[in-house]
Amino acid sequence: MSTENHFDYTGSKIGMWLFLFTEIILFGGLFLVYAVYRYTYPHEFHEAGEHLQVSLGFANTLILLTSSLTAALAVSSLQRDRKYASLWYISGTVALAAVFLINKFLEWSSHISAGMYPGAPALLAKGHGENLFYGLYYVMTGLHGVHVLGGAGALSLVYVWILQGKVDKDRYVALENAVLFWHLVDLVWIYLFPLFYLLI
Amino acid sequence: MESNFYTEPTKYNDLRKWVCSTDHKRIGLLYMASIFIFFLVAMMIGVVMKLKMLSAGTTFISARTYNSLFTVHGVIMIFLFIIPGIPAALGNFILPLQLGAKDVAFPRLNLYSWYFYIAGAVCALTSLFTGGGAPDTGWTFYVPYSVTTGTNVSLAVFGAFLLGMSSTLTGLNFLTTIHRMRAPGMGWFRMPLFIWSLYATGWVQLLATPIIAITLVLVILERLFNVGIFDPSRGGDPILFEHMFWIYSHPAVYIMILPAMGIVSEIIPVFARRTIFGYKAIAFSSLAIALVGYLVWGHHMFTSGMSDTARVIFSLLTFIVAVPSGVKVFNWVASLYKGSSVISAPLIFVMAFIFLFSIGGLTGLFQGALNIDMHIHGTYFIVAHFHYVMFGGTGFAFFAGLHYWYPKIFGRMYNEKIARYACGLMLIGFNVLYFPMFILGWQGMPRRYYDYPAQFQALQRLSSVGSWILVAGILLMFHNLVKSIRKGTPASSNPWGGKTLEWQTTSPPPTENFVEIPVVTSGPYNY
Ligand code: HEM
Repeated sequence: MSTENHFDYTGSKIGMWLFLFTEIILFGGLFLVYAVYRYTYPHEFHEAGEHLQVSLGFANTLILLTSSLTAALAVSSLQRDRKYASLWYISGTVALAAVFLINKFLEWSSHISAGMYPGAPALLAKGHGENLFYGLYYVMTGLHGVHVLGGAGALSLVYVWILQGKVDKDRYVALENAVLFWHLVDLVWIYLFPLFYLLI
Repeated sequence: MESNFYTEPTKYNDLRKWVCSTDHKRIGLLYMASIFIFFLVAMMIGVVMKLKMLSAGTTFISARTYNSLFTVHGVIMIFLFIIPGIPAALGNFILPLQLGAKDVAFPRLNLYSWYFYIAGAVCALTSLFTGGGAPDTGWTFYVPYSVTTGTNVSLAVFGAFLLGMSSTLTGLNFLTTIHRMRAPGMGWFRMPLFIWSLYATGWVQLLATPIIAITLVLVILERLFNVGIFDPSRGGDPILFEHMFWIYSHPAVYIMILPAMGIVSEIIPVFARRTIFGYKAIAFSSLAIALVGYLVWGHHMFTSGMSDTARVIFSLLTFIVAVPSGVKVFNWVASLYKGSSVISAPLIFVMAFIFLFSIGGLTGLFQGALNIDMHIHGTYFIVAHFHYVMFGGTGFAFFAGLHYWYPKIFGRMYNEKIARYACGLMLIGFNVLYFPMFILGWQGMPRRYYDYPAQFQALQRLSSVGSWILVAGILLMFHNLVKSIRKGTPASSNPWGGKTLEWQTTSPPPTENFVEIPVVTSGPYNY
């Protein structure tokens, strides 16, 4: 209950966790929609899922898991006052985020050129379930992609703050919070991957 | 007047003194000014609708315009007035003071929340004049119409999305503040009940608003890209939209009413000069309402074709959620009993609140009963009900709180006599305006219709007359409050004899709120 001290480590962490709750519920709404339609059209969802390339999805899963590792290492490095190691780990995380997005972009482009996008005649010719599957696929991976961008942006901002000395081994909560957010981005993907690529 | 946050030097000396300030008091006042401006605009739209209803058929307003009018009225009243209302305006100002803190936990985030609010408002208002014209879907934005209509729904919905962010961030900020910044000695059960209510509200804001956010995003995507998630011709389900909409919007009515109940619990002990009856019952009933409130959304959809099992369960839960509200009403009345009451404007507003809210709450139970709801669903009965709870309930409690904390906020007193007349006028006007709507609805007058058959003429006209009385009262009240900011007699630190911490500092408070952080040694209502 520190009212005197303006900076409050626990307070910042509480705030961040509360924010993460809201993010989980934001995605939760989409998972709810997914559950409803998967239940309504089990076969068509299965069919549509077969056309996604598991290898690309798997690669992206590996990329994000690795980036979570580098992100965590960035925090522990900074806590041990190894500033430059921390900066390198942050750069690594952001680079992996970029690779993830490029991969995703290629994947989307290949679907789109195959005519698998909302409103395309080829997709409309298929069943309701397939249309909903692809609709949800774009919406959910799209929203996730926006979060990848946001997370990378937050990490880059903290990078600058570390350079400026605003974030250091005694005041690392900003880095910790950005990394917490990054883990959430990772976690959401961990659910998206099986739901779209693997679930039979 | 002693030095206070208005007069103490700040970083800027122009308008930025306000719009770049991270002082919770200034932000609270920014919210207050913007919220009341929007309220007055939407109120005038309401009056125009009632003017139209003086006679049947197309007069000076066409069917289309009427659709836009009730949509804009509803959107402004819900998203710009009543949801942010008490927490963002009064809560911002009072919460840190009542906690004995210097500010909220994240002052800068607090300012950003206001920017989100303004950005949302700008989007919502721009949507009226651009694109295909003012949205005409009703404030509920139900698909499929909201996806197919040519009016500028996308922008309005995006505005609502931003307003949702603003509300979520305020909730997040308050929760952290309440956890971390209580004055030394203020345990959870020494917190004033207003804070308890903001705490429960914060959780609802945090856990319900993201659902509406994602739902609104889906509506926008649907309009832009035709994804098909709510489109039956693609296999989507429009009813799913209704579920998702109400999963948020029902808890949202508790975002509206809980802080109002907090204000009432604050005012009653001070003016009855005795401790509140059942402190813990009131505190826990706030949490109970927040919790059970999540599980009753289906009662907005009894006629949408849900299974009977679902409807029976939702109906049962609806009756259960009424219990904690009832507990509070009994607690308030019991606290007044044998108190040595000081009759003053805030208490008069609170009495009006109890009267109107009880009518609103009890008619809610009519709608919660399945068979009766079949009869009154989508009629004026509903319109009357929600105006009684939202306006008669939350609105009147907001005004009560405004009068109660007025001396603290502005350092002056309003004119007591005018305040009483205004409240009286509002109470009379309110009932003349909305009570006939119960009867009209019962007789079958549907909501959102710009026309009506001849047999409803008399009651429609009576109701329109009520709107004039009500507005006269509201304008009188605002006139009194605004004029007294400069002309009122200076107020002491504690004009009402309150025991909570905000009364221990000067009126208006200094920038840092307290010269010395107070130490709490007893409960908040020790009379
Ligand atoms: C001076 C005050 C007010 C007047 C004269 C007024 C009047 C009206 C009228 C005539 C309608 C349309 C009924 C229909 O045809 O369906 C309406 C709808 C509505 N009002 Fe008010 N009202 C007032 C204040 C408020 C307040 C304070 C709130 C909220 C806190 C509010 C919230 C709403 C909502 C949500 C609707 C429904 C809009 C829709 O159907 O989409 N009103 N009001």
